[in-house]
Amino acid sequence: MSRIETIISELSSISNNPRKAMEDYKKETGKGSVGVMPYYAPEEIIHAAGFLPVGIWGGQKSISKARAYLPPFACSIMQSVMEMQLEGVYDDLEAVLFPVPCDTLKCLSQKWKGTSPVIVFTHPQNRKLEAANKFLAEEYRLVREKLETILNVKITDEALNQSIETYNENRKVMREFTDLAANYPQIIDPKKRHAIIKARFFMEKSKHTAMVKELNSELKSLPVEAFTGKKVVLTGIMAEPNEVLDILKDNGFAVVADDLAQESRLFRNDVPSGTDPLYRLAKWWQEFDGCSLATDAKKSRGPMMMDMVKGSKADAVVVCMMKFCDPEEFDYPIYYRQFEEAGIKSLFIEIDLETTSFEQTKTRVQSFSEML
Amino acid sequence: MTDTTAMSAKELLGFYQEELYEEARQAKKEGKLVCWSASVAPSEFCVAMDVAMIYPETHAAGIGARKGALDVLEVADEKGYNVDTCSYARVNLGYMELLKQEALTGITPEKLEKSPAARIPLPDFVITCNNICNTLLKWYENLAVELNIPCIIIDVPFNHTMPIPQYAKDYIAEQFKEAITQLEEICGKKFDYDKFLKVQEQTQRSVAQWNRIAALSSHKPSPLNGFDLFNYMALIVCARSKDYAEITFKKFADELEENLNKGIFAFKGNEQKRVTWEGIAVWPHLGHTFKGLKNLGNIMTGSAYPGLWNVSYTPGDMSSMAEAYTRIYINTCLDNKVKVLSDVISGGKCDGVIYHQNRSCKLMSFLNVETADILQKENGLPYVSFDGDQTDPRNFSPAQFDTRIQALDEMMKQNKEGVSNE
Ligand code: SF4
Ligand code: SF4
Repeated sequence: MSRIETIISELSSISNNPRKAMEDYKKETGKGSVGVMPYYAPEEIIHAAGFLPVGIWGGQKSISKARAYLPPFACSIMQSVMEMQLEGVYDDLEAVLFPVPCDTLKCLSQKWKGTSPVIVFTHPQNRKLEAANKFLAEEYRLVREKLETILNVKITDEALNQSIETYNENRKVMREFTDLAANYPQIIDPKKRHAIIKARFFMEKSKHTAMVKELNSELKSLPVEAFTGKKVVLTGIMAEPNEVLDILKDNGFAVVADDLAQESRLFRNDVPSGTDPLYRLAKWWQEFDGCSLATDAKKSRGPMMMDMVKGSKADAVVVCMMKFCDPEEFDYPIYYRQFEEAGIKSLFIEIDLETTSFEQTKTRVQSFSEML
Repeated sequence: MTDTTAMSAKELLGFYQEELYEEARQAKKEGKLVCWSASVAPSEFCVAMDVAMIYPETHAAGIGARKGALDVLEVADEKGYNVDTCSYARVNLGYMELLKQEALTGITPEKLEKSPAARIPLPDFVITCNNICNTLLKWYENLAVELNIPCIIIDVPFNHTMPIPQYAKDYIAEQFKEAITQLEEICGKKFDYDKFLKVQEQTQRSVAQWNRIAALSSHKPSPLNGFDLFNYMALIVCARSKDYAEITFKKFADELEENLNKGIFAFKGNEQKRVTWEGIAVWPHLGHTFKGLKNLGNIMTGSAYPGLWNVSYTPGDMSSMAEAYTRIYINTCLDNKVKVLSDVISGGKCDGVIYHQNRSCKLMSFLNVETADILQKENGLPYVSFDGDQTDPRNFSPAQFDTRIQALDEMMKQNKEGVSNE
């Protein structure tokens, strides 16, 4: 196995087995893990406490127990998260950090069915005001306080600033990776690309950084080969399960950039510099744009995606629409119109974590590839 | 000016609703500003600046109640709005699209021509507030971008921990200042703080009369059917910062008190059981839901929904105003939500609860299971839930509704008999 293959296979196995990652972390450090619900929670605070932040993104699953607690029109990811709560999957977490940027999450934050304590906080939505930074820094101060109590550790400003640097380094390396991956689609196929990114959710960040850094430099040493397939940008909450990515691959698509809440949206901006770490983390949210969960009366998401398409020389955008996700559904008609006006082609596919039949997606992707 | 002194409350309600739409149309004609507003966004700022206001949720409810929703929902559908999103938003965004087409081409689209609802002018700017849902943020973003107009946002963060902390109130009060600055720019004139204080005081008088009506359902038998509140709600939404609301509500409360004194009650015949309705009305099937309950001898005497507009605060005190607009029960933690609903149920001396699982409204549906469970443990009252939607007529099944309320009726009967046999 080449070094590249080894790194990819290690990261893939971590992204497929979060439980083992948690156990390994415990063995190594003696410390446990804290769950992080989507979206945009300040993981750095958990990292600074010496605990492992673990991303909670549900999983491919048939829904049965959750039916009693959620109507069928709740989004697919939260159906699966609810199902896993009821199965006790998350009960080894010391705590769960729970942001509430959509109506579904507001409700879900009040009905955690597992045993771990839940720490809820609210992102401000009038984001460009200085008052919003102050409000969020205060929310984060309370998050820190609660974590300190639950985990029985002191989280100093110094440790927190240090963790922010660790995370910023990871963000930088990830941006570099996604750029590189666009040049080597023969090596980094859609599924591998996703696994490399997803592993971030289950690893101490500096470890992840080191591996991706090495991967980047290995990639850079290889010649860039001509790619005969089509290049696409993904947008949405997430592009799972893996079957979806395999369908893209089988039809000759390469993912050259993404605007997914689970992927690039998390690392396209660094946490800005400053002295007060909580204020810095709050300011990240102010500077962040182009996401359905970060209110923006100018709706810069469409133009941002069009820049992304241009910058990555993509042939089209694939809209990965999470089933029953209303924030994303509201953005769609606007950027769709903007794409049409700019002559950018897009394909709409539905993301459903419960389904096991992908015939429809297959057909859609196939005919789209013929059309391009 | 029309003489309103001799009008009944019901006449006043119709009169002022029409008057508000006419004022907005007139303002547009005269080149004055029109604003579209979320239903529980603070109205005080715009009214103090003499801006004509339109409330899309109320307008959409009107379209729904007059059976005109499907036509405009289709327009939203064509624009790419998923049928899973809030139907108020879809009705309004579809309607906006028709108005926009008309403005661009000079030709009135057929669907607009045919629409049974009041004609409204396009807005010059919009104001939104997420105290009832974040959907209102997404919806208004889209209005602002589609029409290329300013959007004033009042963000009231979800109160995951009660009581509401001062730093949250400070953040909201800061946004009030920002809204004033934005308004000064949009209107091209200085903000009138004296008038603003008067508008705040007016709002408090309207709210006081509104609360007076709501309190009357605690009488047993009740002079008020909660369904009436659904109708009168149009004015607490659209005119709470004007005397229209105060005048109408005072009249209605007076009428109801007079009825009470004379022994005239809302339920003709004998009210047998009293229910709480949790959630929004099913506008396209309002008659069906009303009659269904009535035929079983049930009257609705509890609903937390009208309480959303109980925005009482101290005029002149921005922090107190901030608190009033953020403490709305669906913007608070489950404990508080349950507490508010529990008071509504006991205040209305209710025998059971009906939960509207609203396909349009995730926020008002996803905690119903937990809410119902906690409340039942607390008060032992039976409950049912039914599937519905406040404006998309396709998401409601009359047969299911009937079966569920019959079941509730049975349980309430048994409960009552059980009690009287003890
Ligand atoms: S953003 Fe969408 S997918 Fe995520 S929790 Fe909210 S509704 Fe569900
Ligand atoms: S029905 Fe629900 S989602 Fe729609 S505007 Fe009202 S509160 Fe928001």
